[in-house]
Amino acid sequence: MRAFTTLTALVAPLDRANVDTDAIIPKQFLKSIRRAGFGPYLFDEWRYLDRGEPDMDCANRPLNKDFVLNQPQYHGAQILLTRENFGCGSSREHAPWALEDYGFRAVIAPSFADIFFNNCFKNGILPIVLPAETVDRLFREMADGYQLTIDLQSQTITTPAGQQIGFDVDENRRYRLLNGLDDIALSLQHADKIKAYETERAKRAPWLFQDA
Amino acid sequence: MAGKTLYDKLWDDHVVHTEDDGSCLIYIDRQLLHEVTSPQAFEGLRLSGRKPWRIARNLAVADHNIPTTDRAKGIADPVSRLQVETLESNCKEFGITEFHMSDIRQGIVHVVGPEQGATLPGMTVVCGDSHTSTHGASAALAFGIGTSEVEHALATQCLVQKKAKNMLIKVNGKAGPGVTAKDIVLAIIGQIGTAGGTGYTIEFGGEAIRELSMEGRMTVCNMAIEAGARAGLIACDEKTIEFYRDRPYAPKGDDWNMAVRYWEKLHSDPDAKFDKVIEFDAAAIKPQVSWGTSPEMVLPVDASVPDPARETDPVKRQSIERALQYMGLKAGQKITDIKLDKVFIGSCTNSRIEDLRAAAAVIKGRKKADSVKQVLIVPGSGLIKQQAEAEGLDKIFTAANFEWREPGCSMCLAMNADRLEAGEHCASTSNRNFEGRQGYGGRTHLVSPAMAAAAAIAGHFVNVAEDAS
Repeated sequence: MRAFTTLTALVAPLDRANVDTDAIIPKQFLKSIRRAGFGPYLFDEWRYLDRGEPDMDCANRPLNKDFVLNQPQYHGAQILLTRENFGCGSSREHAPWALEDYGFRAVIAPSFADIFFNNCFKNGILPIVLPAETVDRLFREMADGYQLTIDLQSQTITTPAGQQIGFDVDENRRYRLLNGLDDIALSLQHADKIKAYETERAKRAPWLFQDA
Repeated sequence: MAGKTLYDKLWDDHVVHTEDDGSCLIYIDRQLLHEVTSPQAFEGLRLSGRKPWRIARNLAVADHNIPTTDRAKGIADPVSRLQVETLESNCKEFGITEFHMSDIRQGIVHVVGPEQGATLPGMTVVCGDSHTSTHGASAALAFGIGTSEVEHALATQCLVQKKAKNMLIKVNGKAGPGVTAKDIVLAIIGQIGTAGGTGYTIEFGGEAIRELSMEGRMTVCNMAIEAGARAGLIACDEKTIEFYRDRPYAPKGDDWNMAVRYWEKLHSDPDAKFDKVIEFDAAAIKPQVSWGTSPEMVLPVDASVPDPARETDPVKRQSIERALQYMGLKAGQKITDIKLDKVFIGSCTNSRIEDLRAAAAVIKGRKKADSVKQVLIVPGSGLIKQQAEAEGLDKIFTAANFEWREPGCSMCLAMNADRLEAGEHCASTSNRNFEGRQGYGGRTHLVSPAMAAAAAIAGHFVNVAEDAS
C-alpha cells in the first residue's frame, strides 16, 4: 500500500449528502476480477450522459458538463470535499479503488459510512472527519485553484489563507497509513496469540473446531 | 459492575490481542465468500504466497451474477461468467467448499449461511458484503467487510477492529395485521436515518422483535446496515435454538447440548448499559413504502410524497428535490397513486419461505395488473425454491402471471440479466433504492413481500393492512 504523509492538492467539491457506493462505482463494473482500472468509471452515472459498461473506452463518451469532476478547474483534484454519510451502502472496496485510481488521496466530510471509512485506510486514502460547520466553511471558501495541505504526521489541514485545522485519526490506522504497512503481515506477527486463542476456545466451543 | 450487552459478550469472547489505541485483533469463526468481492483477495494470497489460516471456516457460493433463468444454459454474459468461474477455480485451488450453481444448496450467501447452520449463534461472521448484518438475527456478531479484509480474514482468521458503541432499538408492543418485519425496519430507518446507527452495533429488542420468526428477524438485521450500523443483533431464544436444530453444519449430539448451554447466555444482561436507546411503538407502524433514493426516504403507504419547500435544512431540501426529480414524482403526490412497471420479490432481505408465503397469501386467485410488465419471484436458495414448490406456492405465482425463477441476488442489484429499464418504477422487497441500483435510471420503491404482491395485482401501491384488518 502507498504511504500517506503530506499532500498539497487541488480540492473538488461534491456538494451532496449520503453519496452511496453504488454512485461511486456502479455495479456493472464490479464484475472485474482485477483491483485496478476503476478510475474512468468513478461516479459513472453522474459523470457521463450515456450508460457505462465495463471495458468501455471513456474517452469518447458524452460527458455531463454540470458534474463537478468534468469542470476544467477541478482537473487534477486529489482531495474530495463532500457532505455527511459519504460512502454509505455496499461494502464494495471497488469504491475506494475507483477513487484512488482516479487520483484522489483524501476525502473530507462531516461523516462517513463505517465500512467505506475502513476500506479507505487499506488503500492509501485518508478519510478526514471535520465538524459540519467546518466543512460548510470550506465549501464557502472554495475558489478557483483552491488547494489544501494535509499533514498526517501532525494531523492538520492548512487552508490557502494559512489557517490550520486539526483532525483526529486512530493511532493504529495513522501508523499503518504513514508507513504504508501491509496489515496482514502485522497481524501475522501475533500468530502465536491466534494459535493460543484457538486452543483455549476449542475447549469452550469444540463444535467450531472440527475442521476435518 | 454493570452487566454486559450481547455485543459486549460476543466481542469479549473473540478478542485475540488488544493494541495500545484500543483496536483489537478479533477472531473470525466463519467467513462467507461470493464471486464479486473475493477474486482480488485470492489474488492477494497468491501474490504474497500465503495460505488460508483455517480452510474449513470458509464457505463460498456465487450469487450476485447468477442467472435466475434456466441454469443448464450457463451464464451468457462473459464478464459475469468469468467472475463466477474465478470463484470456482479459487475455491478449488485453496480447498474451500463451494456450493456450485447446479447445487440445490446454492442461493444468496446470507440465506444459505443460516439455512445450512454454517452461521451459528455466538459466532463472528464476516463476508465481503454489507448485508452480512443479516446473521446477527441469530445472536452472531456479523458484519460486512471490504476485499482487503476478506484477504486478511483468509490469511489470519482474524480482523483488526475497533469496538463500536452499543445501541438498543426497542420495538414495544405488537405490530398490527399486515405489518411485517420489513415495515418495522423501514420505519426505524425512516426515523433514525441512514447514518443513525453509524459507529454503533444495534441490538433490536422489545416484544415486536421477540414475536418475529427467525426469517423476520433476519429481515430486520439485514437492514441494520441501511441504518448505518455494520452489525445488527437479536438475542438468542427458543426460536433461535429450534431454528438451528438438525441443520447440516450445526453441532450434533453432546456438542449440540454444549452449544445450546452457551447460546442460552447470548442476550444482554438486564443491567447492561447501552450508549443509546431508542424506543418504537409497534402498533403505530404502518406498511411502509420508500419514495426516494435513500432507504431513509420512506413513508407509511397512506402518506403523500414530501414537499421540499417545507424542508428548512438546505442540504436535506436539495436531497429531496434531487430524489423527486430522479424518481419522477411530484411533491404531495399520494403514495397509493404511484404506478408500478415491475415488481421484484427476492433478495437477502426478503426471499425466505415466510416471505414467499406472505406474497402468495395476498394474491387470492387474482392476476398481475396488465399495466405491470413483469413480476419476478426469486427464492433465496435452491432449498427454499424446493420447499415453496412442495407447498404449491409456485403454482399460485405462475397462475397470477408472476415469473417463478431460480435463486440468486437478481434484481436487487441487477448484476445479472434481471434489471429495470430507465424510468421504470419497481415495487421491490430488496434493501436499497439508490439511483441506478436496480438498473440504469430505474426507480425503486422498497416494500414488504405482501405490499409488493398486492401492488403487482393492483398496478399501484395499496395498503395491505386495510385488507388484513
